[in-house]
Amino acid sequence: MKWVYTSQRKEYANALLDIGQKRTDVVVLDADLSSSTRTSEFAKKFPERFFNVGIAEQNLMGTAAGLAVSGKTVFASTFAVFATGRCWDQIRQSIAYPNSNVKIVATHAGITVGGDGASHQALEDIALMRALPNMYVIVPADGAEAYKAVKAVAEHVGPCYVRLGRSDVPMVTTVDSPFEIGRATIIREGTDVSLVSCGQMVAVCLDAAESLQVKGISAEVVNMSTVKPLDVETLLRSVRKTGCVVTAEEHSIRSGLGSAVACVLAQQYPAPMKMVGTPDCFGESGESAELMCRYGLTAEEVSSSAEEVIRRKRT
Amino acid sequence: MTLYDERTIQMLEAKANLLRRHVIKMTYAAQSGHPGGSLSYADIITALFFKVMRFRPQEPLWEDRDKFVLSKGHAAPVYYAALAEAGYFPVEDLLSLRKLGSYLQGHPCRMKTPGVEISTGSLGQGLSVANGMGLAAKLDRRSSRIYCLLGDGELQEGQNWEAAMLASHYKLDNVTAFVDRNKMQIDGPTEQVMSLEPLVDKWKAFGWNVIEINGHDMRQILDACEKAAGVMGRPTIIIAHTIKGKGVSFMEGAVAFHGKAPNADEYRIALRELGEKI
Repeated sequence: MKWVYTSQRKEYANALLDIGQKRTDVVVLDADLSSSTRTSEFAKKFPERFFNVGIAEQNLMGTAAGLAVSGKTVFASTFAVFATGRCWDQIRQSIAYPNSNVKIVATHAGITVGGDGASHQALEDIALMRALPNMYVIVPADGAEAYKAVKAVAEHVGPCYVRLGRSDVPMVTTVDSPFEIGRATIIREGTDVSLVSCGQMVAVCLDAAESLQVKGISAEVVNMSTVKPLDVETLLRSVRKTGCVVTAEEHSIRSGLGSAVACVLAQQYPAPMKMVGTPDCFGESGESAELMCRYGLTAEEVSSSAEEVIRRKRT
Repeated sequence: MTLYDERTIQMLEAKANLLRRHVIKMTYAAQSGHPGGSLSYADIITALFFKVMRFRPQEPLWEDRDKFVLSKGHAAPVYYAALAEAGYFPVEDLLSLRKLGSYLQGHPCRMKTPGVEISTGSLGQGLSVANGMGLAAKLDRRSSRIYCLLGDGELQEGQNWEAAMLASHYKLDNVTAFVDRNKMQIDGPTEQVMSLEPLVDKWKAFGWNVIEINGHDMRQILDACEKAAGVMGRPTIIIAHTIKGKGVSFMEGAVAFHGKAPNADEYRIALRELGEKI
């Protein structure tokens, strides 16, 4: 499909500016990456409510927790790999366990970070955050959804993790599309297979659905932008209809969206399933598009997986 | 400088002794927990909760309250004893420490225990949280002061030094931290396991106002808090020289009682030494 591309980071900055304007309880923290995460825009507009903690992610999360339990709604940003891995215990102890009202909005998630290579490519962050009680995990599909997700987490009381990418991503929703935490949306209806995805893999699944249609296969595309709490109702309704499922995520297939979906289906409605995502390995340097191909995050991979699960359906 | 009258000092010393007896009873009832590190800062927490800090137990979320963060969360027993004696919850409930279903968890839990401001237990995190509270108070133009109790062994966690930088960078003069310098950690003396000295120089180098005191001398504790409150533009660290297990002869300086409850004989001796009439 011919896509229009949008920046999730730019929409994050826009949303923060809008929220900051309306709510004086909103404060923003960053760890020396504000020009990359774009929290710098908030910093310019509301300098008294922005705190740079320097290159110190553990302290970032602890300070955020202290502000949050004092009544502030706190956004804490850095790259996804540092925002989750470098300070996981701080998030667990000082944010998730005490239910501190901190919104971790991480950018540069996934393989499409590109040239920086494996050290900077967070392919485990959904897994790390999903494992924590009280923590919500949201992976917006595009810029418009990133804007809505940021506004929604500001209204929710409790810890949230919002995962954004570095590169511009295809626009698969519109400014008018509904968005609700914990609610998946059917972006394209179908009857033969459910393609359940999050982040920019939603666009990849829509491409796959197009090519499957040429082969006479009707694919349903589910935008599971909230990975936790998972919209079990929408998932089951779709899979009951189609009888099989392919998940797709720009993340390791170990303990990401695919695992969350498998956990529900295995216990409530076993169905043929395949997971598209990075295998149990680290990434590497390269152009975003090249990396998506190399690690199988493509419409072709989703389509062939769809055909396979359809074949495996019991007749 | 305020001159504290003898009666005030005696009242506080008696209260500290009462908290110490609670610690012995609580850890004996639980048959686990951390008496040593609780006894070492019993005098400090007594000074804070019964003289220095402003708070309203009947209105735990009163916005102008001063706040206490127990960074070394394992020393929860004496914290709970202080909260109970201050009126946050019934003193009888102290004996439910560590029991299934109790709101008195092994380590402080914000979601369960009235008066606990933040959950702790994984070491090295409290000062960052205290700083966040200090920033919030400044943003809201409140006069609240934040007190943070750090273990000395805990200072080996690097996050403390990230927090030390932040507090002086943001001029958090409303944050006062204590180091419970009992010089012992689980594997032995701090200077053998991983040396902390020169500790005063370290904090000075990070831009803090440093005060050294005897952490068992009530007057020195009160004076240090008063001095800290008068310092503008800098956070204060009070390095309190203490004795782990203070008040119970066989627990004093004994690493063994870091995380071990007293047995029946030890229980009786400890309470007798602490002046309990049995």
